[in-house]
Amino acid sequence: MSTDITKLSVTETVAAVAAGDISKANLHATWLDRARLDDLNALSWVADRVKLGGEDGPLGGVPLGVKDLFCTEGVPSQSGSKILEGYLPPYTATVVEALTEAGAPLIAKTHQDEFAMGSSNENCAFGPVLNPWDRGRVPGGSSGGSAAAVAAGLVPWALGTDTGGSIRQPAALCGVVGLKPTYGSVSRYGMIAFASSLDQAGPITRTVADAGLLYSQMTGKDPRDATSVEHPDSVEPVVPMDLTGVRLGVPEELTGEGVEPGVREAFEATLDLARSLGATVAPCPLPHAPHALSAYYLIAPAECSSNLARLDGVRFGLRVDPDEGLDGMYGATRAAGFGREVRRRIMLGTYALSSGYYDAYYGRAQRVRTLISQDFDTAFEDFDAIVTPTSPSVAFELGSKTADPLSMYLSDFCTVPMSLAGIPAISIPNGLSDGLPVGFQIAGPAFSENRILGIAAALEDGLKFDGSPAWIA
Amino acid sequence: MIDRSEVLHIAKLARLSISDEEVDVLAAELSGILDHVEMISKLDLAGVEPSAHSVAQTGWLRPDVPHESLSREKALDQAPATNGEGFEVPPPGSGS
Repeated sequence: MSTDITKLSVTETVAAVAAGDISKANLHATWLDRARLDDLNALSWVADRVKLGGEDGPLGGVPLGVKDLFCTEGVPSQSGSKILEGYLPPYTATVVEALTEAGAPLIAKTHQDEFAMGSSNENCAFGPVLNPWDRGRVPGGSSGGSAAAVAAGLVPWALGTDTGGSIRQPAALCGVVGLKPTYGSVSRYGMIAFASSLDQAGPITRTVADAGLLYSQMTGKDPRDATSVEHPDSVEPVVPMDLTGVRLGVPEELTGEGVEPGVREAFEATLDLARSLGATVAPCPLPHAPHALSAYYLIAPAECSSNLARLDGVRFGLRVDPDEGLDGMYGATRAAGFGREVRRRIMLGTYALSSGYYDAYYGRAQRVRTLISQDFDTAFEDFDAIVTPTSPSVAFELGSKTADPLSMYLSDFCTVPMSLAGIPAISIPNGLSDGLPVGFQIAGPAFSENRILGIAAALEDGLKFDGSPAWIA
Repeated sequence: MIDRSEVLHIAKLARLSISDEEVDVLAAELSGILDHVEMISKLDLAGVEPSAHSVAQTGWLRPDVPHESLSREKALDQAPATNGEGFEVPPPGSGS
Protein backbone atom coordinates (compact mmCIF):
# COMPACT_ATOMS: atom_id res chain seq x y z
CA MET A 1 0.00 0.00 0.00
CA SER A 2 1.10 3.56 -0.56
CA THR A 3 0.67 5.08 2.90
CA ASP A 4 3.37 7.69 3.54
CA ILE A 5 4.46 6.43 6.93
CA THR A 6 6.22 9.65 7.84
CA LYS A 7 3.04 11.71 7.56
CA LEU A 8 1.20 9.62 10.15
CA SER A 9 1.30 10.55 13.80
CA VAL A 10 2.99 7.97 16.00
CA THR A 11 -0.38 7.04 17.48
CA GLU A 12 -1.66 6.32 13.95
CA THR A 13 1.53 4.44 13.07
CA VAL A 14 1.23 2.20 16.14
CA ALA A 15 -2.32 1.32 15.08
CA ALA A 16 -1.21 0.61 11.49
CA VAL A 17 1.63 -1.64 12.73
CA ALA A 18 -0.82 -3.51 14.98
CA ALA A 19 -3.23 -3.96 12.06
CA GLY A 20 -0.41 -5.36 9.93
CA ASP A 21 -0.58 -2.47 7.42
CA ILE A 22 3.03 -1.43 8.07
CA SER A 23 5.93 -3.79 8.71
CA LYS A 24 8.56 -2.86 11.28
CA ALA A 25 11.28 -3.36 8.67
CA ASN A 26 9.60 -0.83 6.38
CA LEU A 27 9.01 1.53 9.31
CA HIS A 28 12.68 1.47 10.33
CA ALA A 29 14.05 1.75 6.80
CA THR A 30 11.76 4.71 6.09
CA TRP A 31 12.79 6.59 9.21
CA LEU A 32 16.51 5.84 8.74
CA ASP A 33 16.23 7.44 5.31
CA ARG A 34 14.55 10.48 6.89
CA ALA A 35 17.19 10.79 9.63
CA ARG A 36 19.95 10.80 7.01
CA LEU A 37 18.42 13.92 5.43
CA ASP A 38 19.48 16.05 8.41
CA ASP A 39 20.93 19.31 7.19
CA LEU A 40 20.03 21.25 10.36
CA ASN A 41 22.79 19.79 12.58
CA ALA A 42 19.91 18.43 14.66
CA LEU A 43 21.30 14.91 15.01
CA SER A 44 24.59 14.05 16.71
CA TRP A 45 24.47 10.34 15.79
CA VAL A 46 22.29 8.15 13.56
CA ALA A 47 22.03 4.38 13.94
CA ASP A 48 23.31 2.12 11.14
CA ARG A 49 20.22 0.05 11.72
CA VAL A 50 17.44 0.16 14.29
CA LYS A 51 17.81 -2.58 16.87
CA LEU A 52 14.52 -3.92 18.09
CA GLY A 53 13.81 -3.96 21.78
CA GLY A 54 10.42 -5.01 23.05
CA GLU A 55 9.07 -6.69 19.93
CA ASP A 56 5.43 -6.38 20.83
CA GLY A 57 5.56 -3.39 23.17
CA PRO A 58 2.78 -0.78 23.17
CA LEU A 59 4.93 1.69 21.20
CA GLY A 60 4.80 -0.40 18.06
CA GLY A 61 8.48 -0.30 17.15
CA VAL A 62 8.31 3.41 16.24
CA PRO A 63 11.93 4.59 16.61
CA LEU A 64 12.95 7.39 18.94
CA GLY A 65 15.33 10.35 18.81
CA VAL A 66 17.13 10.84 22.12
CA LYS A 67 18.82 13.99 23.41
CA ASP A 68 22.60 13.68 23.54
CA LEU A 69 22.73 13.85 27.36
CA PHE A 70 20.98 10.51 27.92
CA CYS A 71 23.58 7.80 28.46
CA THR A 72 23.24 5.12 25.80
CA GLU A 73 25.62 2.19 26.10
CA GLY A 74 28.23 2.17 23.35
CA VAL A 75 26.66 5.20 21.62
CA PRO A 76 28.26 8.67 21.91
CA SER A 77 26.68 10.60 24.81
CA GLN A 78 28.39 13.97 24.98
CA SER A 79 25.86 16.36 26.49
CA GLY A 80 26.83 18.84 23.80
CA SER A 81 30.28 19.26 25.35
CA LYS A 82 33.84 18.99 24.14
CA ILE A 83 34.78 17.59 27.54
CA LEU A 84 32.71 14.47 26.72
CA GLU A 85 33.46 14.32 22.98
CA GLY A 86 33.17 10.72 21.84
CA TYR A 87 32.27 9.46 25.33
CA LEU A 88 30.75 5.97 25.19
CA PRO A 89 28.88 5.27 28.43
CA PRO A 90 29.05 1.80 29.98
CA TYR A 91 25.30 1.73 30.65
CA THR A 92 21.98 3.09 29.35
CA ALA A 93 19.65 5.58 31.08
CA THR A 94 16.64 3.95 32.77
CA VAL A 95 14.11 5.86 30.67
CA VAL A 96 15.79 4.98 27.36
CA GLU A 97 15.92 1.33 28.43
CA ALA A 98 12.24 1.43 29.40
CA LEU A 99 11.22 2.98 26.08
CA THR A 100 13.27 0.49 24.07
CA GLU A 101 11.59 -2.30 26.01
CA ALA A 102 8.18 -0.71 25.34
CA GLY A 103 8.85 -0.73 21.60
CA ALA A 104 10.50 2.64 20.85
CA PRO A 105 14.07 1.75 19.86
CA LEU A 106 16.86 4.32 19.51
CA ILE A 107 17.33 5.70 16.00
CA ALA A 108 19.32 8.91 16.60
CA LYS A 109 20.84 11.15 19.24
CA THR A 110 20.09 14.88 19.08
CA HIS A 111 22.24 17.95 19.60
CA GLN A 112 21.67 20.27 22.55
CA ASP A 113 23.16 23.20 24.40
CA GLU A 114 26.23 22.11 26.37
CA PHE A 115 25.09 20.35 29.55
CA ALA A 116 21.57 21.64 28.74
CA MET A 117 22.57 25.23 29.57
CA GLY A 118 21.05 27.52 27.01
CA SER A 119 17.92 28.68 25.27
CA SER A 120 19.13 28.70 21.66
CA ASN A 121 21.36 25.67 21.04
CA GLU A 122 24.19 28.06 20.26
CA ASN A 123 26.08 26.70 23.27
CA CYS A 124 26.51 23.31 21.58
CA ALA A 125 30.22 22.45 21.20
CA PHE A 126 29.38 20.76 17.88
CA GLY A 127 27.78 23.78 16.22
CA PRO A 128 24.34 25.35 16.48
CA VAL A 129 21.16 23.54 15.41
CA LEU A 130 19.17 25.44 12.79
CA ASN A 131 15.44 26.10 13.01
CA PRO A 132 13.67 24.28 10.15
CA TRP A 133 11.15 27.16 9.81
CA ASP A 134 13.97 29.63 9.08
CA ARG A 135 17.56 28.44 8.97
CA GLY A 136 18.84 31.85 10.02
CA ARG A 137 17.13 31.42 13.38
CA VAL A 138 17.66 29.35 16.52
CA PRO A 139 15.51 26.31 17.34
CA GLY A 140 15.43 27.22 21.03
CA GLY A 141 17.15 25.22 23.69
CA SER A 142 18.41 23.28 25.29
CA SER A 143 16.57 20.37 23.60
CA GLY A 144 16.80 22.21 20.25
CA GLY A 145 18.04 19.19 18.29
CA SER A 146 15.10 17.07 19.43
CA ALA A 147 12.56 19.80 18.65
CA ALA A 148 14.06 20.64 15.24
CA ALA A 149 14.32 16.94 14.31
CA VAL A 150 10.67 16.27 15.15
CA ALA A 151 9.50 19.45 13.38
CA ALA A 152 11.51 18.67 10.25
CA GLY A 153 10.30 15.07 10.16
CA LEU A 154 13.77 13.56 10.71
CA VAL A 155 12.47 11.40 13.58
CA PRO A 156 8.89 10.48 14.49
CA TRP A 157 9.29 11.58 18.10
CA ALA A 158 12.04 12.41 20.56
CA LEU A 159 13.13 12.69 24.17
CA GLY A 160 14.19 15.99 25.64
CA THR A 161 14.95 17.24 29.11
CA ASP A 162 13.65 20.34 30.82
CA THR A 163 15.37 22.16 33.69
CA GLY A 164 13.93 25.67 33.27
CA GLY A 165 12.10 25.34 29.95
CA SER A 166 14.42 23.21 27.82
CA ILE A 167 11.62 21.01 26.41
CA ARG A 168 8.83 23.59 26.21
CA GLN A 169 10.69 26.58 24.74
CA PRO A 170 12.31 24.72 21.79
CA ALA A 171 9.00 22.91 21.17
CA ALA A 172 7.33 26.33 20.96
CA LEU A 173 10.00 27.79 18.65
CA CYS A 174 9.86 24.77 16.32
CA GLY A 175 6.06 24.32 16.24
CA VAL A 176 5.85 20.94 18.00
CA VAL A 177 4.46 19.59 21.28
CA GLY A 178 6.68 19.40 24.39
CA LEU A 179 5.71 18.03 27.79
CA LYS A 180 7.70 18.67 30.95
CA PRO A 181 6.33 16.11 33.41
CA THR A 182 6.00 16.39 37.17
CA TYR A 183 9.43 16.35 38.79
CA GLY A 184 10.28 12.83 39.94
CA SER A 185 7.77 11.01 37.75
CA VAL A 186 10.53 9.96 35.32
CA SER A 187 13.83 8.47 36.46
CA ARG A 188 16.88 10.69 36.01
CA TYR A 189 19.28 7.75 36.19
CA GLY A 190 21.64 7.98 33.24
CA MET A 191 20.79 11.59 32.39
CA ILE A 192 24.03 13.58 32.47
CA ALA A 193 23.06 16.01 35.21
CA PHE A 194 22.68 19.79 35.03
CA ALA A 195 20.58 20.81 38.06
CA SER A 196 19.38 17.74 39.89
CA SER A 197 16.43 19.27 41.74
CA LEU A 198 14.96 20.53 38.45
CA ASP A 199 16.03 18.20 35.60
CA GLN A 200 13.23 16.11 34.15
CA ALA A 201 12.93 14.07 30.94
CA GLY A 202 9.89 14.41 28.71
CA PRO A 203 8.52 13.86 25.19
CA ILE A 204 8.79 16.12 22.14
CA THR A 205 6.25 15.08 19.51
CA ARG A 206 4.08 16.28 16.64
CA THR A 207 0.77 15.66 18.41
CA VAL A 208 -0.54 15.82 21.97
CA ALA A 209 -1.69 12.18 21.78
CA ASP A 210 1.85 11.12 20.85
CA ALA A 211 3.24 13.00 23.87
CA GLY A 212 0.81 11.17 26.15
CA LEU A 213 1.66 7.84 24.53
CA LEU A 214 5.42 8.27 25.02
CA TYR A 215 5.04 9.64 28.55
CA SER A 216 2.80 6.71 29.54
CA GLN A 217 5.83 4.42 29.13
CA MET A 218 8.32 6.72 30.88
CA THR A 219 6.96 6.94 34.41
CA GLY A 220 7.83 4.90 37.44
CA LYS A 221 9.91 4.75 40.57
CA ASP A 222 13.47 3.67 39.88
CA PRO A 223 15.64 2.15 42.63
CA ARG A 224 18.59 3.89 40.97
CA ASP A 225 17.07 7.40 41.37
CA ALA A 226 16.12 8.21 44.96
CA THR A 227 14.12 11.26 43.85
CA SER A 228 11.87 9.25 41.54
CA VAL A 229 8.28 8.60 42.59
CA GLU A 230 5.47 6.38 41.42
CA HIS A 231 2.87 8.32 39.42
CA PRO A 232 -0.39 8.06 41.37
CA ASP A 233 -2.40 7.70 38.14
CA SER A 234 -1.85 5.58 35.09
CA VAL A 235 -1.30 7.83 32.11
CA GLU A 236 -4.31 7.28 29.89
CA PRO A 237 -4.50 7.47 26.07
CA VAL A 238 -5.19 11.12 25.34
CA VAL A 239 -8.72 12.18 24.44
CA PRO A 240 -9.66 15.82 23.98
CA MET A 241 -11.29 17.06 27.18
CA ASP A 242 -14.72 18.64 27.15
CA LEU A 243 -13.75 22.15 28.25
CA THR A 244 -17.22 23.07 29.52
CA GLY A 245 -16.69 24.61 32.94
CA VAL A 246 -12.91 24.11 32.90
CA ARG A 247 -11.31 27.04 34.73
CA LEU A 248 -8.19 28.50 33.09
CA GLY A 249 -6.08 31.02 35.00
CA VAL A 250 -4.03 33.69 33.24
CA PRO A 251 -1.24 35.13 35.41
CA GLU A 252 -0.65 38.76 34.52
CA GLU A 253 2.92 38.39 35.82
CA LEU A 254 3.80 36.01 32.96
CA THR A 255 1.65 37.42 30.17
CA GLY A 256 2.21 41.17 30.37
CA GLU A 257 5.40 43.13 29.82
CA GLY A 258 8.04 41.51 27.64
CA VAL A 259 5.70 39.40 25.51
CA GLU A 260 5.94 40.23 21.79
CA PRO A 261 2.74 41.60 20.18
CA GLY A 262 2.46 38.68 17.72
CA VAL A 263 2.83 36.15 20.52
CA ARG A 264 0.25 37.99 22.61
CA GLU A 265 -2.22 38.06 19.73
CA ALA A 266 -1.90 34.31 19.20
CA PHE A 267 -2.28 33.73 22.95
CA GLU A 268 -5.42 35.88 23.16
CA ALA A 269 -6.91 34.11 20.14
CA THR A 270 -6.46 30.73 21.83
CA LEU A 271 -8.05 32.06 25.03
CA ASP A 272 -11.05 33.01 22.85
CA LEU A 273 -11.04 29.51 21.40
CA ALA A 274 -11.01 28.03 24.91
CA ARG A 275 -13.97 30.25 25.86
CA SER A 276 -15.85 29.17 22.74
CA LEU A 277 -15.31 25.56 23.82
CA GLY A 278 -16.88 26.31 27.21
CA ALA A 279 -13.89 27.12 29.41
CA THR A 280 -13.86 30.07 31.76
CA VAL A 281 -10.82 32.31 31.59
CA ALA A 282 -9.89 34.63 34.46
CA PRO A 283 -6.87 36.47 35.86
CA CYS A 284 -4.90 34.38 38.34
CA PRO A 285 -2.25 36.04 40.50
CA LEU A 286 1.19 34.44 40.89
CA PRO A 287 2.70 37.30 42.90
CA HIS A 288 6.18 35.79 43.26
CA ALA A 289 6.54 34.64 39.65
CA PRO A 290 8.58 37.74 38.69
CA HIS A 291 11.25 36.51 41.13
CA ALA A 292 11.41 33.01 39.67
CA LEU A 293 14.11 33.81 37.16
CA SER A 294 16.38 35.24 39.87
CA ALA A 295 15.89 32.21 42.09
CA TYR A 296 16.43 29.89 39.14
CA TYR A 297 19.66 31.58 38.07
CA LEU A 298 21.06 30.98 41.55
CA ILE A 299 19.73 27.46 42.18
CA ALA A 300 20.51 25.96 38.77
CA PRO A 301 24.11 27.26 38.56
CA ALA A 302 24.73 26.23 42.18
CA GLU A 303 23.64 22.68 41.44
CA CYS A 304 25.54 22.64 38.13
CA SER A 305 28.75 23.76 39.81
CA SER A 306 28.45 20.76 42.11
CA ASN A 307 27.33 18.25 39.45
CA LEU A 308 30.00 19.25 36.94
CA ALA A 309 32.77 18.74 39.48
CA ARG A 310 32.85 15.13 38.29
CA LEU A 311 34.23 16.25 34.94
CA ASP A 312 37.84 16.44 36.02
CA GLY A 313 39.87 14.45 33.47
CA VAL A 314 40.20 11.42 35.73
CA ARG A 315 37.56 8.80 34.97
CA PHE A 316 36.21 9.69 31.53
CA GLY A 317 36.29 12.42 28.93
CA LEU A 318 38.95 14.92 28.01
CA ARG A 319 42.23 15.30 29.89
CA VAL A 320 44.62 18.20 29.34
CA ASP A 321 47.79 17.84 31.39
CA PRO A 322 50.18 20.78 31.34
CA ASP A 323 52.53 18.85 33.68
CA GLU A 324 51.75 21.10 36.65
CA GLY A 325 50.48 18.47 39.05
CA LEU A 326 46.95 17.27 39.77
CA ASP A 327 45.37 20.69 40.33
CA GLY A 328 47.01 21.95 37.14
CA MET A 329 45.46 19.03 35.23
CA TYR A 330 42.01 19.71 36.72
CA GLY A 331 42.11 23.40 35.87
CA ALA A 332 43.46 22.97 32.35
CA THR A 333 41.08 20.12 31.50
CA ARG A 334 38.03 22.05 32.68
CA ALA A 335 39.14 25.28 30.99
CA ALA A 336 39.66 23.49 27.67
CA GLY A 337 36.63 21.21 27.88
CA PHE A 338 33.85 23.56 29.00
CA GLY A 339 32.41 26.29 26.79
CA ARG A 340 31.89 29.90 27.85
CA GLU A 341 28.32 29.59 29.16
CA VAL A 342 29.14 26.49 31.20
CA ARG A 343 32.22 28.15 32.71
CA ARG A 344 30.14 31.23 33.50
CA ARG A 345 27.47 29.17 35.30
CA ILE A 346 30.05 27.11 37.21
CA MET A 347 31.61 30.38 38.40
CA LEU A 348 28.22 31.86 39.33
CA GLY A 349 27.17 28.72 41.17
CA THR A 350 30.47 28.35 42.98
CA TYR A 351 30.15 31.95 44.13
CA ALA A 352 26.54 31.46 45.28
CA LEU A 353 27.59 28.45 47.35
CA SER A 354 30.82 29.89 48.70
CA SER A 355 31.47 30.68 52.32
CA GLY A 356 29.88 33.97 53.36
CA TYR A 357 27.45 34.13 50.42
CA TYR A 358 25.49 30.89 50.78
CA ASP A 359 22.67 32.36 52.88
CA ALA A 360 22.40 35.55 50.85
CA TYR A 361 22.10 33.75 47.52
CA TYR A 362 21.39 30.02 47.54
CA GLY A 363 19.51 30.09 50.86
CA ARG A 364 17.31 33.00 49.79
CA ALA A 365 16.68 31.46 46.39
CA GLN A 366 15.43 28.28 48.04
CA ARG A 367 13.01 30.32 50.15
CA VAL A 368 11.72 32.12 47.05
CA ARG A 369 11.18 28.70 45.55
CA THR A 370 8.88 27.86 48.47
CA LEU A 371 6.85 31.04 47.85
CA ILE A 372 6.51 30.21 44.15
CA SER A 373 5.23 26.72 44.96
CA GLN A 374 2.76 28.24 47.43
CA ASP A 375 1.53 30.67 44.75
CA PHE A 376 0.73 27.72 42.49
CA ASP A 377 -0.95 25.78 45.33
CA THR A 378 -3.20 28.77 45.97
CA ALA A 379 -3.93 29.24 42.27
CA PHE A 380 -4.95 25.62 41.80
CA GLU A 381 -7.62 26.01 44.48
CA ASP A 382 -9.50 28.21 41.99
CA PHE A 383 -8.23 27.03 38.63
CA ASP A 384 -7.87 23.70 36.81
CA ALA A 385 -4.90 24.89 34.79
CA ILE A 386 -2.72 27.96 34.31
CA VAL A 387 -2.02 29.14 30.79
CA THR A 388 0.65 31.45 29.39
CA PRO A 389 2.64 31.92 26.19
CA THR A 390 5.50 29.39 26.31
CA SER A 391 8.11 31.84 25.11
CA PRO A 392 7.76 35.62 25.08
CA SER A 393 9.13 35.69 21.53
CA VAL A 394 9.26 33.62 18.37
CA ALA A 395 12.58 32.09 17.27
CA PHE A 396 15.27 34.76 17.25
CA GLU A 397 18.13 35.17 14.80
CA LEU A 398 21.32 33.19 15.30
CA GLY A 399 23.86 35.29 17.17
CA SER A 400 21.37 37.96 18.26
CA LYS A 401 21.54 37.21 22.00
CA THR A 402 24.89 35.50 22.46
CA ALA A 403 26.69 38.64 23.59
CA ASP A 404 24.37 39.27 26.52
CA PRO A 405 23.77 36.30 28.83
CA LEU A 406 21.03 38.12 30.73
CA SER A 407 18.89 38.74 27.62
CA MET A 408 19.17 35.03 26.81
CA TYR A 409 18.09 34.12 30.35
CA LEU A 410 15.00 36.33 30.04
CA SER A 411 13.65 34.09 27.26
CA ASP A 412 12.86 31.52 30.01
CA PHE A 413 10.63 33.70 32.13
CA CYS A 414 7.34 31.97 31.30
CA THR A 415 8.69 28.45 31.86
CA VAL A 416 10.96 28.72 34.91
CA PRO A 417 8.25 29.16 37.60
CA MET A 418 6.73 25.73 36.81
CA SER A 419 10.17 24.15 36.94
CA LEU A 420 10.86 25.56 40.40
CA ALA A 421 7.49 24.25 41.62
CA GLY A 422 8.10 20.85 39.97
CA ILE A 423 4.68 20.88 38.30
CA PRO A 424 3.86 19.55 34.82
CA ALA A 425 3.46 21.87 31.86
CA ILE A 426 2.96 21.32 28.15
CA SER A 427 3.61 23.55 25.17
CA ILE A 428 1.48 23.15 22.07
CA PRO A 429 1.78 24.90 18.70
CA ASN A 430 -0.33 28.06 18.76
CA GLY A 431 -0.22 29.22 15.20
CA LEU A 432 2.31 31.51 13.57
CA SER A 433 3.48 35.05 14.03
CA ASP A 434 5.20 36.43 10.91
CA GLY A 435 5.60 32.88 9.65
CA LEU A 436 7.24 31.57 12.82
CA PRO A 437 5.68 29.23 15.39
CA VAL A 438 4.28 30.43 18.71
CA GLY A 439 3.79 28.20 21.77
CA PHE A 440 0.86 28.01 24.21
CA GLN A 441 1.71 26.65 27.67
CA ILE A 442 -0.70 24.77 29.94
CA ALA A 443 0.41 23.97 33.52
CA GLY A 444 -1.40 21.93 36.15
CA PRO A 445 -0.81 20.67 39.69
CA ALA A 446 1.71 17.88 40.37
CA PHE A 447 0.76 14.61 38.64
CA SER A 448 -2.07 16.23 36.60
CA GLU A 449 -0.58 15.10 33.26
CA ASN A 450 -3.82 13.41 32.19
CA ARG A 451 -5.67 16.69 32.75
CA ILE A 452 -3.26 19.02 30.95
CA LEU A 453 -2.90 16.56 28.05
CA GLY A 454 -6.70 16.47 27.73
CA ILE A 455 -6.96 20.28 27.72
CA ALA A 456 -4.06 20.49 25.25
CA ALA A 457 -5.74 17.98 22.93
CA ALA A 458 -9.02 19.94 22.97
CA LEU A 459 -7.20 23.14 21.99
CA GLU A 460 -5.05 21.28 19.43
CA ASP A 461 -8.26 20.09 17.73
CA GLY A 462 -9.53 23.65 17.52
CA LEU A 463 -6.23 25.21 16.43
CA LYS A 464 -5.54 22.81 13.52
CA PHE A 465 -1.87 23.80 13.36
CA ASP A 466 -0.09 22.96 10.10
CA GLY A 467 3.56 22.05 10.71
CA SER A 468 4.30 21.07 7.12
CA PRO A 469 6.36 24.16 6.16
CA ALA A 470 9.11 22.88 8.52
CA TRP A 471 9.26 19.48 6.84
CA ILE A 472 12.51 18.66 5.01
CA ALA A 473 11.41 17.67 1.52
CA MET B 1 29.95 43.78 42.32
CA ILE B 2 32.57 41.12 41.86
CA ASP B 3 36.17 42.24 41.46
CA ARG B 4 39.23 40.58 39.96
CA SER B 5 40.44 39.03 43.18
CA GLU B 6 37.03 37.45 43.81
CA VAL B 7 36.96 36.02 40.29
CA LEU B 8 40.37 34.46 40.84
CA HIS B 9 39.27 33.04 44.19
CA ILE B 10 36.08 31.52 42.72
CA ALA B 11 38.01 30.09 39.76
CA LYS B 12 40.37 28.41 42.20
CA LEU B 13 37.45 26.93 44.16
CA ALA B 14 35.90 25.73 40.89
CA ARG B 15 39.18 24.25 39.59
CA LEU B 16 38.99 26.33 36.43
CA SER B 17 42.09 27.84 34.89
CA ILE B 18 41.19 31.24 33.46
CA SER B 19 43.18 33.61 31.33
CA ASP B 20 43.98 37.14 32.38
CA GLU B 21 41.57 38.65 29.83
CA GLU B 22 38.83 36.31 30.95
CA VAL B 23 39.10 37.57 34.54
CA ASP B 24 37.81 41.02 33.58
CA VAL B 25 35.10 39.66 31.30
CA LEU B 26 33.83 37.31 34.01
CA ALA B 27 33.95 40.04 36.65
CA ALA B 28 31.68 42.19 34.48
CA GLU B 29 29.33 39.36 33.43
CA LEU B 30 28.93 37.90 36.91
CA SER B 31 28.35 41.36 38.37
CA GLY B 32 25.64 42.00 35.78
CA ILE B 33 23.85 38.75 36.53
CA LEU B 34 24.13 39.24 40.29
CA ASP B 35 22.75 42.78 39.98
CA HIS B 36 19.67 41.26 38.38
CA VAL B 37 19.20 38.41 40.82
CA GLU B 38 19.65 40.84 43.75
CA MET B 39 15.92 41.55 43.19
CA ILE B 40 15.19 38.76 45.64
CA SER B 41 17.10 40.49 48.42
CA LYS B 42 14.16 42.91 48.66
CA LEU B 43 11.65 40.18 49.48
CA ASP B 44 10.60 39.61 53.06
CA LEU B 45 11.45 35.95 53.61
CA ALA B 46 11.05 35.84 57.39
CA GLY B 47 9.52 32.52 58.42
CA VAL B 48 9.67 31.01 54.91
CA GLU B 49 11.19 27.54 54.84
CA PRO B 50 13.69 26.74 52.07
CA SER B 51 12.73 24.13 49.43
CA ALA B 52 15.57 21.91 48.27
CA HIS B 53 13.19 19.89 46.10
CA SER B 54 9.70 20.42 44.78
CA VAL B 55 8.62 16.92 45.73
CA ALA B 56 9.42 16.41 49.40
CA GLN B 57 10.93 13.01 50.09
CA THR B 58 12.82 11.80 53.13
CA GLY B 59 14.47 8.65 54.34
CA TRP B 60 14.27 6.75 51.12
CA LEU B 61 16.22 3.55 51.75
CA ARG B 62 16.58 0.40 49.74
CA PRO B 63 17.29 -3.04 51.17
CA ASP B 64 21.01 -3.53 51.66
CA VAL B 65 21.55 -6.46 49.37
CA PRO B 66 24.62 -7.00 47.19
CA HIS B 67 24.05 -6.51 43.49
CA GLU B 68 26.14 -6.47 40.39
CA SER B 69 27.80 -3.20 39.48
CA LEU B 70 30.16 -2.11 36.71
CA SER B 71 33.09 -4.44 36.09
CA ARG B 72 36.57 -2.99 36.57
CA GLU B 73 37.14 -3.34 32.85
CA LYS B 74 34.01 -1.32 31.96
CA ALA B 75 34.67 1.26 34.66
CA LEU B 76 38.18 1.91 33.34
CA ASP B 77 37.27 1.71 29.67
CA GLN B 78 36.72 5.45 29.07
CA ALA B 79 39.46 6.76 31.37
CA PRO B 80 42.14 9.02 29.87
CA ALA B 81 44.87 7.08 31.74
CA THR B 82 44.88 3.84 33.71
CA ASN B 83 47.42 1.30 34.91
CA GLY B 84 44.99 -1.53 34.18
CA GLU B 85 43.78 -1.68 37.78
CA GLY B 86 42.87 1.92 38.55
CA PHE B 87 42.82 5.49 37.25
CA GLU B 88 46.16 7.21 36.85
CA VAL B 89 46.50 10.88 37.76
CA PRO B 90 49.34 13.37 37.91
CA PRO B 91 51.02 13.78 41.33
CA PRO B 92 49.22 16.10 43.75
CA GLY B 93 50.77 19.39 44.77
CA SER B 94 52.39 22.07 42.63
CA GLY B 95 48.90 23.19 41.62
CA SER B 96 47.88 26.83 41.55
